[in-house]
Amino acid sequence: MTSAAKRDRLAISRPTEGAAGQTGSWRVFKPVVDKEKCNECGLCAMYCPDNAIDEDLAVDLRFCKGCGICANECPKKAIAMVREEK
Amino acid sequence: MIDPRSLFAITCKSFQELNTIAEIPKEEYIKKCTSACAGCSSSLNLRYVTKAAGPDTVLVVPACCTSVIQGIYPNTAMNISVYNIAFGAAAACASGMSNAFRQAGKKTNVIVYAGDGGTLDIGIQAMSGAFERGTDFLYICYDNEAYGNTGMQRSGGTPLGARTTTTPTGKTDAKKDIDAIIAAHNPPYMATACSAYPQDVFKKVQKALTFRGPTFIHILAPCPPGWRYPTEKTIEMGKLAVKSGIWVLYEREYGKLTVGAPSKAAMKKPIPLEDYLAPQGRFKGIDAKTVEILKQQIQKNFARLAAEEAAS
Repeated sequence: MTSAAKRDRLAISRPTEGAAGQTGSWRVFKPVVDKEKCNECGLCAMYCPDNAIDEDLAVDLRFCKGCGICANECPKKAIAMVREEK
Repeated sequence: MIDPRSLFAITCKSFQELNTIAEIPKEEYIKKCTSACAGCSSSLNLRYVTKAAGPDTVLVVPACCTSVIQGIYPNTAMNISVYNIAFGAAAACASGMSNAFRQAGKKTNVIVYAGDGGTLDIGIQAMSGAFERGTDFLYICYDNEAYGNTGMQRSGGTPLGARTTTTPTGKTDAKKDIDAIIAAHNPPYMATACSAYPQDVFKKVQKALTFRGPTFIHILAPCPPGWRYPTEKTIEMGKLAVKSGIWVLYEREYGKLTVGAPSKAAMKKPIPLEDYLAPQGRFKGIDAKTVEILKQQIQKNFARLAAEEAAS
């Protein structure tokens, strides 16, 4: 057996996006960014525990759990937490 | 007296160089996303720990929140090598792993990422052994001050007066001072950090990995369901802990202590401890006497660290 084939038989997990499911479905409140107020300081992306805010400061709503840290830490108060509609 | 620098040589990177590369890399080693609770500060820590360590790293994770949030087999959110191991065995496993890598001439970073239960209580003997043997590894303890993964039972890290499911009227014993225990092992580098200061966490991990020998970082990780505060206050809570002085940021390099800037400010003028205790459900109904004891402990701790810093 080649080493690659042996490795395939090993019971190891492989890195995948969404390994724990689409965690965005947990959300009750979603962050809505007011681009007028935003000065692109990037603190929201820095403090996001799940890296759901990318370099361009767009929120990935498939994975955002809606914790609200970004809204709480935003120095310009440019992020509002809005209740999700069913 | 023997110069401790002769025992553990710094392998690479002068610290001037470190300051210039302190720019945090954009690569993420945790894929979207783990099943950690909303507002989890341990996830935030893990992002910056892995950014600082880079891809040539093995995380050794004993039973703790991090071992259950990785995703469901055969998938994992961790885009870095992770070895999950029994509760008491993390440091022993890391010892063997580190030795094997060094024997093979590899510089792979071995990092233990353990909770406070796996460090202060169950993992302490393996950790003490690894520090005594001078294993070349970094031990990170992220401290949410209870066994969060199993539903907040008291641990050695739970502070005086905090309610947990096993101390429903408030803990009657003080928090174990693990940093003093580690300091007694004379590691080349040890530090405390707080998840509310991610750049500080990043810098300390990066610095710790430049040392040869055992290094230790103790990170305070506020926990929304365990400490019973709203999820959005995770960063705020960490900052309040530092500003009130109940958590002190410092690093000790070859025995030389340096207190971090936010804690220096707190030593001069701390905010009232009540500002930190009041938003947390776990301190609900704490009596005035216990608060007074906590305040005295903070003052004693400040005095001890200030004296040590002045002497070193």
